[in-house]
Amino acid sequence: MDQLLQFLISGLTVGSIYALVALGFSIIYNASDVVNFAQGEFVMIGAMSAIFLIKAGVSYPVAAILAILITAAVGLALDKFAIEPAKNATVVSTIIITIGASIFLRGAALLIWGKEIYGLPPFTTNDPIKIGSATILPQNLWVMLGTGVTVFAVKYFFDHTKMGKAILACSFNKKAAYLVGINVRRMLLVSYGLSAALGAAAGLLVTPITFMSYNAGVMLGLKGFCAAILGGMGNSMGAVLGGILLGIVETVGAGFISSGYKDAIAFFVIMLVLFFKPSGILGKGETERV
Amino acid sequence: MKRLSGFVLFSAICLILPLLFPDNYYVTVVGLTIFINIILAVSLNLLMGYAGQISLGHAAFFGLGAYSSAILTIKYGLNPWIAMLTGAAFVAGLSYVLSRPILKLKGHYLAMATLGLGIIVHIFFVQADELTGGPDGISGLPSLSIMGMAIDSDLKWYWVLCSCMLLSVLFSLNIADSRAGRALSAVHGSEIAAQMMGIDTAMVKSHIFVFSALMASFAGSLFAHQQDFVSPESFSFFFSIELVTMVVLGGLGSTFGAVIGAFILSILPEVLIVFEDFEVLIFGAILMVIMIFLPEGLFVALKNKVAAFVAKRQEEGVDGPS
Repeated sequence: MDQLLQFLISGLTVGSIYALVALGFSIIYNASDVVNFAQGEFVMIGAMSAIFLIKAGVSYPVAAILAILITAAVGLALDKFAIEPAKNATVVSTIIITIGASIFLRGAALLIWGKEIYGLPPFTTNDPIKIGSATILPQNLWVMLGTGVTVFAVKYFFDHTKMGKAILACSFNKKAAYLVGINVRRMLLVSYGLSAALGAAAGLLVTPITFMSYNAGVMLGLKGFCAAILGGMGNSMGAVLGGILLGIVETVGAGFISSGYKDAIAFFVIMLVLFFKPSGILGKGETERV
Repeated sequence: MKRLSGFVLFSAICLILPLLFPDNYYVTVVGLTIFINIILAVSLNLLMGYAGQISLGHAAFFGLGAYSSAILTIKYGLNPWIAMLTGAAFVAGLSYVLSRPILKLKGHYLAMATLGLGIIVHIFFVQADELTGGPDGISGLPSLSIMGMAIDSDLKWYWVLCSCMLLSVLFSLNIADSRAGRALSAVHGSEIAAQMMGIDTAMVKSHIFVFSALMASFAGSLFAHQQDFVSPESFSFFFSIELVTMVVLGGLGSTFGAVIGAFILSILPEVLIVFEDFEVLIFGAILMVIMIFLPEGLFVALKNKVAAFVAKRQEEGVDGPS
């Protein structure tokens, strides 16, 4: 029982990170129908920029903000130089373009930051807090809190601001959005920037717990993709829910079965979901027009 | 024989090269990798190019073939050929069982399912160390022999792999012009329209999936014997991505496109090695640039250009004074 509680705590922490990555995933998917395989690289770039800014003597909060801005700029560049020029690309080509982008970004990170593994100090003192016989680190709480605040901010942005609503309009019907005077190009750019910023936030939150290196983004990105499908592709709150669920299932599964198979458990769950309910938990079924 | 003129020319080049340069590193060492990659790219092209079904987990079947050969020959002392066939039978069974639920999916969902399959199989190779030797893999495979003659030199391997590769290219070219091939391209165009024409689309897709997996499995067994060694690294998610890149780079749906794509991607690391740490960056950039500016693939784009040029010349020839 205590063991289960401990697994739930770590599951919820990992799940929060997956939730942020998946949220970024679904924002880009909604806006441009692109499954962005470079989403995990945003997490890595956010974390690595912060680490090196702090090394260069910048204070923690300023470094965090700068890291998010840098990553957002990378997101904008991805849209501007890779997605926009490839208009009318098929699903397969966009998948390969974003995979190419992720390899490119990883290559750039390798050149700039090298192959070493880095960490970040926790946000506050890191004395474990006891709950029964389970322990929780303050950084775990920060991850959950940070994710919660970010998710609500994103939800507020889409539900209550003009720009958020304009992006939603683009995701429903680009032509109609264009006809009512929305600058569709700019909204796509904003989506990529926002999605990259979310990735960076995830990176900042998780690095004090798990460390970071130039290729640590790959698995995180793929798990985000899993979470987005689990929740229902294109449903933002579904993606968040999917992320948290995936984190818990994976951690509990790894705890009771074998930690070496942790990633396999996540993908196994996703394959079951795809076989039996491909529209995910909150997704609507798709109908194909002929 | 016009239909196969490209194939004849290609075979001639492959067969003459080792006679001219029997000791050249690029011919008899890199060449072997190229041949294995061509078999894999051609098999993936059957699925992706002909039937239009993306797979981000093709390395799984390649790996299962390789590991079957390694485990069955070393741990169970089976004859290499019997081990190869047992592995292929296993892969055929597995891919058949998986084909229906996986190929029901489309687009991004299909990408995710195949990717998941690839990653699960890779993790199995790493984790099941009693069977697979874990991250260190298995080494010391017995050498293959044909009619009592052991294949023990690079040059002998060249002939074996070259013939297997040519067979798979020929097979792929012939499928395109058969009833099955036309059914596949109908499925590629529109599944519902194909169903209306009386094609059992689920069966057609499932058959090509199994065929493609089988070819990858044989390639895996050959690879294991040729390398004398298998380890999980060769069958990772990244290798699946490389295979997809080969197919798309050359031109989806064209057999020779897959051949060219496999050739380029196998040569590229040899060329980029001088750039050391820049290798990853350049690889990513090449991938993006080609996909953005030549989405139909290098070989197909070139072929279309040549065809347009020839057509223009002929037109001028007819109209102009002669």
